[in-house]
Amino acid sequence: MSLPARTSNGRVALLIGGLAVAVVVLVVVSAGVGQLRIPPLEVLSSVLRKVGIETGLPVTHPNGESALWTVRFPRVTLGLLVGAGLAVGGVLMQGVFGNPLAEPGVVGVSSGAAAGACLVIVLGWTAMGEWGVALAAFVGGLLATVLAYLTARQNGRTEVVTLVLTGVAVNAVAGAVIAFMTFLGDTQAREEIVFWQLGSLNGTRWVQVGVAAPLILVGIAGAALVARRLDLLALGERSARHVGVDVERLRIGVIVLVAVTTSAAVAFAGIIAFVGLVVPHVIRMLVGPAHRVLVPASVLGGAVVLLAADLVARTVVPYADLPIGMLTAIVGGPFFFWLLRRTRRGAGGWS
Amino acid sequence: MTAPLAAASHADAPLMAARAVRVVLGGSLILDDVSLDVRAGELVALVGPNGAGKSTLLSVLAGDLDPVAGGVEVLGDALARTPVRELARVRAVQVQESQLSFAFTAVEVVAMGRAPWRGTAAEEDDDAVVTDAMERADVAPLAGRRFPSLSGGEKARTSFARAIAQRTRVLLLDEPTAALDIRHQEALLVEVSRLVEEGAAVVVVLHDLSLVGAFADRVVLLREGRIRAEGPPHDVLTSALLTEVYEHPVDVIHHPDYPGPVVLPVRAPRRRPATGVHDAVPSPVSPIPTDQETSP
Repeated sequence: MSLPARTSNGRVALLIGGLAVAVVVLVVVSAGVGQLRIPPLEVLSSVLRKVGIETGLPVTHPNGESALWTVRFPRVTLGLLVGAGLAVGGVLMQGVFGNPLAEPGVVGVSSGAAAGACLVIVLGWTAMGEWGVALAAFVGGLLATVLAYLTARQNGRTEVVTLVLTGVAVNAVAGAVIAFMTFLGDTQAREEIVFWQLGSLNGTRWVQVGVAAPLILVGIAGAALVARRLDLLALGERSARHVGVDVERLRIGVIVLVAVTTSAAVAFAGIIAFVGLVVPHVIRMLVGPAHRVLVPASVLGGAVVLLAADLVARTVVPYADLPIGMLTAIVGGPFFFWLLRRTRRGAGGWS
Repeated sequence: MTAPLAAASHADAPLMAARAVRVVLGGSLILDDVSLDVRAGELVALVGPNGAGKSTLLSVLAGDLDPVAGGVEVLGDALARTPVRELARVRAVQVQESQLSFAFTAVEVVAMGRAPWRGTAAEEDDDAVVTDAMERADVAPLAGRRFPSLSGGEKARTSFARAIAQRTRVLLLDEPTAALDIRHQEALLVEVSRLVEEGAAVVVVLHDLSLVGAFADRVVLLREGRIRAEGPPHDVLTSALLTEVYEHPVDVIHHPDYPGPVVLPVRAPRRRPATGVHDAVPSPVSPIPTDQETSP
């Protein structure tokens, strides 16, 4: 391998290993916690039994098994996927914008996707079922990404001010679409729309996991594929071309990947902002900006953050399921502000 | 070391050639009918006043700018039809401003120069080539430092190391010495000369005409988008030509101990500093706001 990989191999292994362990622990704990408590060992044994390994440790509660497999596991799996998808969306977006503040939520991709999903719900385009929602979210997200990209970039760079203001504009337009759909929709549609805007994993079914999983996995695989080229893009578009990167093709590919991962996440979990901002940033601080490490570490990190947030959302107030988007925003908003101040100081201005 | 610096198939055929290039940017004519051959084993310096089109010509050779007329050939093929990755194995470029979006370390940045050789036999030499390039650019001690924390000159040398780590037959350098101290200016051009001796073709934009006189094999003097003169330093760097092109009186000195002509702008004799400057007391500035500035 190349020189830089060797110097920080230990830290990288430690980080990836630690995150992987955290994901497993959170999955087991999260699946066991709720109104119906199931001990971690019973959760593990239930999973093992499903894949054909008999442990001789049954789930003691009579409804435990069905609670696990119809309510808890779909929710936990979707949380895992959504967290990974949002974090990867953030990594890709920051890479292609050349700006650590670019994030699907900030730039308006999430609300674009939510607007697309709202259209389907209110106008009742149900012919394609769950895929219809995902597709509409994808179209909305893609439109928002392209719009933000075309307006925010100048000479191959994105100034922070332009980026944030573009996000304001894109968010405003998407917000208008969502508002209009709220106005048009009946009571049930309105409830669903409110759900998009708050973000929640409540009521997840396997069908939704089945749609989100392939999309997000494609996004992750795509991100892993372009990782090295994203490194080179950090040199600036001109120099990236000098070392052999087909910048135009890379940009288009990455924009589509951002839209795929973000829309899949938003379509079934609503707008959960700032995961794509905080996770890659923290990982860059720990092991540097090389995308070969950043992508897998962010996948795991995103999953950890979302699983933890969902656990808190379900347990912090008894008998209530708090909106998860609210929780990530409470932490992410101030973090974004801090990052903004820091970037400003470093750049000597708001640009 | 195995390197793609092997001579071109025909020693005489240019590695790159600009043919009657015309460039228009924002409505104004930047380059007009400029032709330039880039041959193996030759160090070509592009010189001329600000806005003469030096950097633009370099960008055209690099493939960043499409000329409205004329074209560039790379190893006999049209540059516009050469895939970017293939191009990256023929020519390396150091641009003036060295920006980086994320805080990679210096060694990571230099290793980026190896990207075009991924998946080829040359990839095996990556570590050795990167180490060698960093030593040649005198940035080996900076290997673990984050690029944004480097000084301007250190950044420029790291970018130079990245360019030479690419191991291409053609090297295009836009003011590589601009941010460097005297020692590193000399060291960089000695390194460039060594690469030229090994068979590389180098096109470099330089402002310091004495450096040009000492190191260039051929000087291309640009003026208002056209080539005003072209040839060995002794023929192009003359008092008459430079005075005309730079619109400032210029002296050219031939010193027996220096290789190449030394170029000096003609200056008026130095004004003697006024006495007592250091004793002057700065007038105090009142920190108390006046009535008008105080809000009610």
